[in-house]
Amino acid sequence: MSVIGVIGAGVMGVGVAQNLAQTGHDVVLVDKEEGILREALATIARNTRMSRLMGGPALDSDEVLSRISTSVGVAGAAKAAVVIENVTENWDVKREVYEALDAECHPDTVFVVNTSAIPITKVAAVTRRPGKVIGVHFMNPVPAKPAVELIPGFHTSPETVQRTRDLLQAMGKKAVDVKDSCGFVSNRVLMLTVNEAAYLVHEGVADAASVDEVFRSCFGHPMGPLETADLIGVDTILYSVEVLYEHYADSKYRPCPLLKQMTDAGLHGRKSGRGFYTYATAG
Amino acid sequence: MFDTAQGQILEFVRGRYPQAEIDAEQDIFAFGFVNSLFAMELVMFVEKTFGITIPNEELRIDNFRSANTMAALVGRLQNEPVVA
Repeated sequence: MSVIGVIGAGVMGVGVAQNLAQTGHDVVLVDKEEGILREALATIARNTRMSRLMGGPALDSDEVLSRISTSVGVAGAAKAAVVIENVTENWDVKREVYEALDAECHPDTVFVVNTSAIPITKVAAVTRRPGKVIGVHFMNPVPAKPAVELIPGFHTSPETVQRTRDLLQAMGKKAVDVKDSCGFVSNRVLMLTVNEAAYLVHEGVADAASVDEVFRSCFGHPMGPLETADLIGVDTILYSVEVLYEHYADSKYRPCPLLKQMTDAGLHGRKSGRGFYTYATAG
Repeated sequence: MFDTAQGQILEFVRGRYPQAEIDAEQDIFAFGFVNSLFAMELVMFVEKTFGITIPNEELRIDNFRSANTMAALVGRLQNEPVVA
């Protein structure tokens, strides 16, 4: 089986790489710094160890890690049949990565855009293979979530859709078909909810624990919106809201100043040890 | 201050969920709001605080249900001979 390139070793890239490896795929995980890749492998080792405790399958960390190689720079993904891109939700960063991937990879390589908001057709337009670019919105934590949004762009070919469906099935994921629209279904609703929840804290209407308590106890949600923000990453939430704001030019998506301040202050949620809540960190 | 394993664990759990009444016997996962992500934090806290590495076969939710079950796990692992 040919190797799958995973671009970006942040929260989502790490989850995608682990999910692929634990379902028997060979993976090359790519980022721009050696240190990030080292940390990513340590995170995968920790997460596979915790898998059973988290309600997942019992996993052998060494076996999962043996299927993952790493590379600094996108040239490492040149031989991949499929590339799953998970870089930050910032258009300039994404564009640069896709221009580089398009130059490095074989013309038949499928590019899977893992984004929570950026239109797939816009990504496809910066490549010379718009028929081979498709969106998959993975949920976090990737190995534990059973479904994804599958988003063909305007030019995506039926063959690309089928190849992506086959890969998702092999990863144990159910694909929910959604049309290409900024934010798709999930984040048009979720990001506005999280943003409004942040405004409630910002305005002093309720503290974070009380906001989340309403969602858990009154609505029966497993997590409240601000716990969810800490899980996704407060910085990622901000970028996603900014993408929606810019795309629709609609003031209903204006980002809460508290999200901006927390992002600047490094309060990025679970991954940084502190966000709306404080967490015990590894080590 | 707490100086027993049970007390230190209880303090950590109460610090995270100040709105709940939690004693050493309480099954914290029986509360609707404690999810498996907190189980992962508990593992990290216990390993760091007590200087132990929990073997994979002990990473079961039953070992982390209450301060008592966690303290029992810590006691078992601290008394075991170290195997290289």
